[in-house]
Formats: sequence, C-alpha cells, structure tokens
Amino acid sequence: MNVVFWIFAVITLGGALAAMMLRSLVHSALAVTLAFAGLALMFLELGAQFAGFAQILVYIGAVAILVVFAILLTRSSEETGSGVFSPTWLRGLVIAAAVFAVLGWSILNSASALPGATVTPQVDVKQIGDALMGPYVLPLEIVAVLLTSALIGAVIVAMHEKEGAE
Amino acid sequence: MTPLTGYLLLAALLFAIGLAGALTRRNAILVLIGIELMLNAANLNLIAFWRYGPHPEALTGFMFAIFSIAVAAAEAAVGLGLVIQIYRHAKTTDLDQMNRMKG
Repeated sequence: MNVVFWIFAVITLGGALAAMMLRSLVHSALAVTLAFAGLALMFLELGAQFAGFAQILVYIGAVAILVVFAILLTRSSEETGSGVFSPTWLRGLVIAAAVFAVLGWSILNSASALPGATVTPQVDVKQIGDALMGPYVLPLEIVAVLLTSALIGAVIVAMHEKEGAE
Repeated sequence: MTPLTGYLLLAALLFAIGLAGALTRRNAILVLIGIELMLNAANLNLIAFWRYGPHPEALTGFMFAIFSIAVAAAEAAVGLGLVIQIYRHAKTTDLDQMNRMKG
C-alpha cells in the first residue's frame, strides 16, 4: 500500500461521496467526474494504460457530458423545495451499509486466498489488438451491434413524437 | 494488508456509495450516476484481479473491463434518453412523483 494508492483512493471516494450528497445536480456531475478521473488514475497505476485512457475518454469525455446535458435539458438544477433525498433514505442507507459490511467481511476473511503477484504486467496496444481480433472477436462484434442499437434506441427514445405538430 | 485487498475494499466502498446514492436520491439522473459508480467499482475489481492474478498475460480481466466500459456507455446513453423523455412527458425527474405507469 503506497502513498499513491491512498491519494487516488481519497480522490475517488471524495468525488463519489460528494456526488451522492451535494444538493445541486451540477455540482454532483462535477464531483462524479472527479471520481471517474480518480478511477482512471488508478487504472493507470495498476498497469492498465489502455483501460485508463478508455475510462477518461468514455466517462469523462462522454458520460459526464451526457449527464450535464440531461441535467440542463430537464432543468433539474433548480431547487425543488422538497428535499433531495427520498423519504425512505434511511432504509436505502441501511441496505448499502449492509452490502458493504458483507463485501468487506468476505474480502478480509479471504485475504490469504487472494493471489498476490508482484510483477506489473506489461501490455501494449498491439497485444490488445491481437486479442480483440483473435479470441475476443465475437464479443467485439456483439459490442458493436449493441452500441449501434443503443445509438438508434437513444435517438428514438429521446425524439419528439408529435407528428402532427410539424 | 496486501495491495489487492486494498483495491477490493476500495471497490466495495465505492459500490456501497453508489448503491446508497441510487437508493436514497430522488432525482432520476442522480440514480443513474449512482449506477455508473457501481459499474466503475466492478471495473476496478476486474482490473485489480487482472493485475494481481496469476496469468495477467491472458488479458482476461482487462478485456472484461474494456467491454464493461463500452456497455456502460451504451447504458448511460439510453438511460439519459429515457430520463429526458420522461421529463418531457411528466415535467419532473423526481422519482417519487413517477408513481403511475399510465401515459
């Protein structure tokens, strides 16, 4: 456990906590961007450079911008008057705490069985490309179909439905 | 504490934060952000297991994380499109007021 891990952990957890607790939605979107950036740094530190840069491109570049678009389009940034948390927030918090307790308990109890390699694996883009075109070519094609259908689906879902108005 | 344990605990905490947000916030967009955080926690688990696993040269966990990121992007696009459509219909993104399925 080096100091870099702790810095990245503080960035990620701080961003995530702020995103879930801030009242203003725009502030939440900015805080979740910070959490995504912390995770990307953590991927880089783990030796997964491609995944780290994909995280930056997809999450900070696309998902965060989409979230900001949605917030501004739905005017959710305006205060609603009633609180930002649902009336059953205590139950949700208890469920989340219970999930974390179970996960943490099982991780700490299986610590001796976990693998502990010390050499950072070196993976370059050529290896990833070879893997994507070799053993992972079917998942790659399926993801391509999924992304195409999601693109069309998102456009159709968000499209205006008033045919007679035009 | 081994490095892998640290990463797994961090991912578990991140997952719990995302779950708490998804369960307690009223705004649909914040619920989607919580789900994204949970997906990211799972990705961190995959990458950490790949890095500290016995066969990192097989790239299994790495590829799983890459595909997971791609699927999460599709999910975010469709989810936010749904939220915008619901807002146009019901004039609210408050989940507590979306209590009927009738159009």
